[in-house]
Amino acid sequence: MKKGISFRQAFFTLLKRDLQIAIRHKGDIFNPLLFFILVVTLFPLGIGPEPQVLSRVAPGVIWVAALLASMLSLERLFKADYADGSLEQMLLSPQPLPLMVLAKVLAHWLLTGVPLILVAPLLAVLLHLDNNSYGALIATLALGTPVLSLLGAIGVALTVGLHKGGVLLSLLILPLYIPVLIFATTAIDAAGLNLPYSGHLAIIGAMLVGSLILAPFAIGASLRVSTN
Amino acid sequence: MWKWLHSYADPERAYNLSGKLLPWFSMLAISLIGIGSVWGLAFAPVDYQQGDSYRIIFIHVPAASMSMSAYMAMATSAFIGLVWQIKSADWAAAAIAPIGAVVTFIALITGATWGKPMWGTWWVWDARLTSELVLLFLYLGVIALYASFEDKVLAARAAGILAIVGVINIPIIKYSVEWWNSLHQPATIKITEKSSMAAEMLYPLLINILGFGLMIGAITLVRFRAEILARNSMRPWVRELAMTEGVK
Repeated sequence: MKKGISFRQAFFTLLKRDLQIAIRHKGDIFNPLLFFILVVTLFPLGIGPEPQVLSRVAPGVIWVAALLASMLSLERLFKADYADGSLEQMLLSPQPLPLMVLAKVLAHWLLTGVPLILVAPLLAVLLHLDNNSYGALIATLALGTPVLSLLGAIGVALTVGLHKGGVLLSLLILPLYIPVLIFATTAIDAAGLNLPYSGHLAIIGAMLVGSLILAPFAIGASLRVSTN
Repeated sequence: MWKWLHSYADPERAYNLSGKLLPWFSMLAISLIGIGSVWGLAFAPVDYQQGDSYRIIFIHVPAASMSMSAYMAMATSAFIGLVWQIKSADWAAAAIAPIGAVVTFIALITGATWGKPMWGTWWVWDARLTSELVLLFLYLGVIALYASFEDKVLAARAAGILAIVGVINIPIIKYSVEWWNSLHQPATIKITEKSSMAAEMLYPLLINILGFGLMIGAITLVRFRAEILARNSMRPWVRELAMTEGVK
């Protein structure tokens, strides 16, 4: 008799599957990224092109755009699997559900979070961000976007069975995003003034560790509720 | 040890018990808020720094502290409902959510009207105010999520998970004035040491806090009873109740 696959195998199989599906639907990767770029482009047009003003608001604008892009892209995290029934198969499988959702969230972050981090410095140039702040911008995005994916996945899992999930999703998860936003932007501001910002980074790191441990369980429980 | 408590998971017994408790809660709430407010607004001494405008503290502080307590009550009920599958606990959580949202709103509004004469501004984006605003959003999220499911059993579970996740905000609000430099003044009432407030001001404030807690309890009981009836409308005992009470 064939023995079941190990946790490790299950994790990487699911990760690979999700990455493969996304690479075959390239729009899923590029559309949130385009949205991110477009939102950031709107601000200089709306606020005015003065470099001083733009460099002052740049950290906030980039981070808010990142929040919105992350939220919009998350909406599709479980939708297709829910529609074609593979989500139920995951719930029924002997592998622990938190492990499976962690693989899905990791795949999602690799596809939407990482491109966002790569594009952010380019947008920072357009917004005249202080030269000192680039390191902080990259570091906060690298630590912060996985937190956004993990927290957001809870909201997505809760609303996956609903038809009108979109607006509700923003009401559920944007309040949870606020702490990340606050610490990230104060870190970038501090870096702009040549002040130490490792404390802020440590707090975002703590949020990442905490959500990495706890969020998969909440996501799993939410999925069980949604699929009933 | 907890056996006696389990029998109240039965909707009919919970309905009857909350009916018996309701007059006590409402009478005590009305009298305590009456005493506390009249004492605080009319008889408590004038503050030497803030003059008479400090008197909004007798509404603001009870509302703010109860907004957090109500959230904890809601999250605890939701947790009990999720873990031990007690539906009455889910209904209690659903009953508390809108009340908590209103109390949070009162705390924010009274805080803004107090901030205008004292700080010269309606609103500042500091840690205490922002985290209290986030609390309001969390309440609204729980309410919206509960409302958007047709199946109320699922709705209660989903909203319950969200409520439990949101508990992380409560210690942030509580300690925001200690962790960050805030325009908001630090806590004046302390449990373990002497409060930094004159006794003539402190007693009406404590009475009002207790009164607000009881008031929230009373309104929760009313909403809880309504929730039980709505969720059990097909049960024989509810139909019987509707027959006997409805014709009056």
